[in-house]
Amino acid sequence: MNKLTGYTIKMVHQAYAEKMLTPTSFIDLSLQRTKQSRDLNAFVCVTEDTAETHSIESEKRFYISKQPKVLDGIPIAMKDNFCTSNIPTTCASEMLKNFVPSYDATVYSRLRRAGACLIGKCNLDEFAMGSGTVDSIFGPTRNPWQYDKKKWRISGGSSGGSAVAVASGSCLAAIGSDTGGSTRNPAALCGVVGLKPTYGLVSRHGLIPLVNSMDVPGILARTVEDVATILNVVAGPDINDSTTIKKPFEPITLKDIDLSQVRIGIPKEYHCEGMSREVIDIWGLVADLLEHQKAQLEVVSLPYTSASIAVYSILNQCEVASNMSRYDGIEYGLRANVNSSTEELYALTRHQGFNKVVRSRILAGNYFLLTRNYVKYFIKTLKLRRLIMDDFKKVFSPDGGVDLLLTPTTLSDAPLYHEFVAKHNRDQCAFQDYCTQPANMAGIPAISIPITLSKNNLPLSLQLMGPPLSEELMLNVAKKIESLVKFPILK
Amino acid sequence: MKFMKVCRRLSYEHKSLVARGYSTVSEKWQSVVGLEVHAQLNTESKLFSGAQNTFGGVVNNCVSLFDAAVPGTLPVLNRKCVELGIMTALALSCKVNEISTFDRKHYFYADLPTGYQITQQRNPLASDGVINFQVFTPGIHKKPYRKSSKIKQIQLEQDSGKSLHDAELKRSLIDLNRAGAPLIELDGEEAAALVKELVLIVQRLGACTGRMEEGALRVDANVSIRRPGDPLSTRTEIKNIGSVRGVAGAIRHEIERQKTILDNGGHIINETRAYMPEPNLPPLRVNLKTDIEHRDVLSVPLIQGKIPELPEQSRKKLIEDFGLRPETSIQLVNEPTLLDYFQNLTSDKTRNPNKVANFLINDLLTVLNKRKLSADDCPLTVKQLKELTDMLLSKDINLEICRNVLDELIVISDDDVSPLDVVEEKGWKLQSNEDELTKLCIEVLENNPKLVKQYKSGKTKVFKALLGILSKSNNKVDMSVASKIMEGLLKK
Repeated sequence: MNKLTGYTIKMVHQAYAEKMLTPTSFIDLSLQRTKQSRDLNAFVCVTEDTAETHSIESEKRFYISKQPKVLDGIPIAMKDNFCTSNIPTTCASEMLKNFVPSYDATVYSRLRRAGACLIGKCNLDEFAMGSGTVDSIFGPTRNPWQYDKKKWRISGGSSGGSAVAVASGSCLAAIGSDTGGSTRNPAALCGVVGLKPTYGLVSRHGLIPLVNSMDVPGILARTVEDVATILNVVAGPDINDSTTIKKPFEPITLKDIDLSQVRIGIPKEYHCEGMSREVIDIWGLVADLLEHQKAQLEVVSLPYTSASIAVYSILNQCEVASNMSRYDGIEYGLRANVNSSTEELYALTRHQGFNKVVRSRILAGNYFLLTRNYVKYFIKTLKLRRLIMDDFKKVFSPDGGVDLLLTPTTLSDAPLYHEFVAKHNRDQCAFQDYCTQPANMAGIPAISIPITLSKNNLPLSLQLMGPPLSEELMLNVAKKIESLVKFPILK
Repeated sequence: MKFMKVCRRLSYEHKSLVARGYSTVSEKWQSVVGLEVHAQLNTESKLFSGAQNTFGGVVNNCVSLFDAAVPGTLPVLNRKCVELGIMTALALSCKVNEISTFDRKHYFYADLPTGYQITQQRNPLASDGVINFQVFTPGIHKKPYRKSSKIKQIQLEQDSGKSLHDAELKRSLIDLNRAGAPLIELDGEEAAALVKELVLIVQRLGACTGRMEEGALRVDANVSIRRPGDPLSTRTEIKNIGSVRGVAGAIRHEIERQKTILDNGGHIINETRAYMPEPNLPPLRVNLKTDIEHRDVLSVPLIQGKIPELPEQSRKKLIEDFGLRPETSIQLVNEPTLLDYFQNLTSDKTRNPNKVANFLINDLLTVLNKRKLSADDCPLTVKQLKELTDMLLSKDINLEICRNVLDELIVISDDDVSPLDVVEEKGWKLQSNEDELTKLCIEVLENNPKLVKQYKSGKTKVFKALLGILSKSNNKVDMSVASKIMEGLLKK
């Protein structure tokens, strides 16, 4: 591949300033790249005309009004569960295949206000339920690392399309969503940086929900600095999302930080069954690197970690059952061709519109929400969720606690597609999300950083987690790690 | 979408129901009736969206993306609804909760676009209130009596849309304009009085129009029965009872139905419904202690200060300050328009309050009823009524003519026409011409020689009988002038 995979926002803006590149020519290159890498199936739809219009606007601001914005001429992609006005937003589901929103998600409108150019909408597991980007009506997304037509790796998910779009050079940054690891997991498997911000820092307005109490828009880019730039554009209170943090957002600045004042915890419960040797090795390696930089490292404990997967699974299914009940074929989306009764219309529409994973989660969720099961399951899981949150509170406590946690993101490098799909969706997620979903449970920020290549020549990544609103420290330490490990560019 | 829910529970001994004429209910059963009252809050926009909140708009014209459950949209709480909810809670002596939360109540129905209703089941806006009301239905009750009922909770919730079913084309059409309207529900004769009191209160507060015919106030009843000492049977819910009068009938029917089932050894079956905390709305906080408020936190003491005079206070004033009878005070307060007339008619000069009240309740209301008008639709101005009552009270016209004038003024519906104009134009003015009246009097005396004889022999009481005969023969006679003439003639 070419140097498209090596560019950063800063480099592109420098090239625009020196007229080595122009927004229209660069967006054109990006669009060509989406075509060359069509096999990877990163995109549900490439918004060619929109991208060209956006790039012309950027070009005018660069060279005519000479007042370029932070993201002018920067190609971005959105996961296809973010509403974009007049552009189909499908959630990779038959149910919304024909759904064209009339409004923009807040994240997208803020990116646009900063001049970003939309090149396309990215593939995902149907309604973001998955960790492989294999359950999409548009087919699976393929990992660009070690890609072979016959034998290829999964991209991870559910924001696999966004991760692949960034990794393969179609865009500089992409927006994903993260409910249990859906941004960090594909970022880790595709060798890009993936940030899950603090719950409430970035507006969910316009993000088609999976689990409202855990969903966060995620940011994928090739460098920590680009992730920070995007975060500074999209973060902050939103009147349309009552759960956003009301305090005005202070933009994050990256600097060369002194690690001697930073305490980093290694939670022992993350050293779990099924974790590959290579992952354990790079975890130790990076811990050593940080210690070399005078960071204070210590082993800590988050005792309720193992309960997290079960708790996540029940809460997820309950909210899914509730959130999916609006898809009835009446107001928008698929409507089955039946007119014998309203009940019949619902049943057939929902049968035709949802895949098996979605339907089984709805069924299980409704079971847990039955009045007779409510206390037994739902209330109990809320209590366990509280304990998991308390684990984090204790470990991050100002007196004696640590500032950040360092863990693996995934238990191994990217699995082969045929091996992955042989497993049940529930087991895929339980395995893939083990290290990532506790952060969603607690609403805390987390970032996945690519570290090195495995013996299969596939990316291996680690994760940093911090207390709520610790993005600035977390991104600074991530940047330090990034500069120490020098992860290779995809060729 | 704004709902306010008032729940209460009335416990009835069947004996007392029987005493009020509900003889269809067997005495071995006791019934417990819980009421839910939904009142549509009178705000410009809906509970969680900026769409217009109005009755009778063009179909699907007051619908935001959120109201249509468009994916990705989120609820944003309308501050005005919280204010009106708190005001109503305070008027009903409820405890306003410092922190309340929202829940989702799930059920599938085509006019509920999300498949769930956002409500406040677990931690409501306010709880533990009391409503005091007077029970008095003329014709059923001889005297008013006071009742008081507990209010379990007041909660904010969304209304659903409306389904329109076209049976011929086998189509159902959905109008989402209402998605979020309020209802209110009560039970029996007493329940009717309770509903009426609630209507008056929410109208006074400006929280709700109280128009049941528009669905601005709707009633659900939960009914269960038991034998004394036994646990309660499963409750069943009667939804959307459309009028105050319909409440008593619906509840009586449900009690009877359950009784028949249980008498035959059957069971009452109820469906289970699942609630879940609404994850898209943070807990609602209010300031209970101070006057300080900001965007997300309302001050309860500030709202307390805005509460107007309530119906119970108005009745008390009418009895204490004007010497009205309790039933008259109830009837006046029940008709805000009449109360308003009363206050105007008794404020500028000394008119006999009891006579004014009787005139409004008996005469004005009777004439309006004949014309099938409600008191609210009465076209008469205060000025017209003042002139007319003065004419009546000073006996310039009699009661019959007074009612005719009222009817005429209502038909004309013209503010500029005075009652005097009507009287003159119709020739209803009393005859006070002495010559004419003398002729009439002589006629009466000549036709009743016996009475004249009696009078002259000292039985002066028969004078009234003679006057009566005179007034019957002609309703326009000015009796004050006529009686003087009659007296003069008899003394000759």
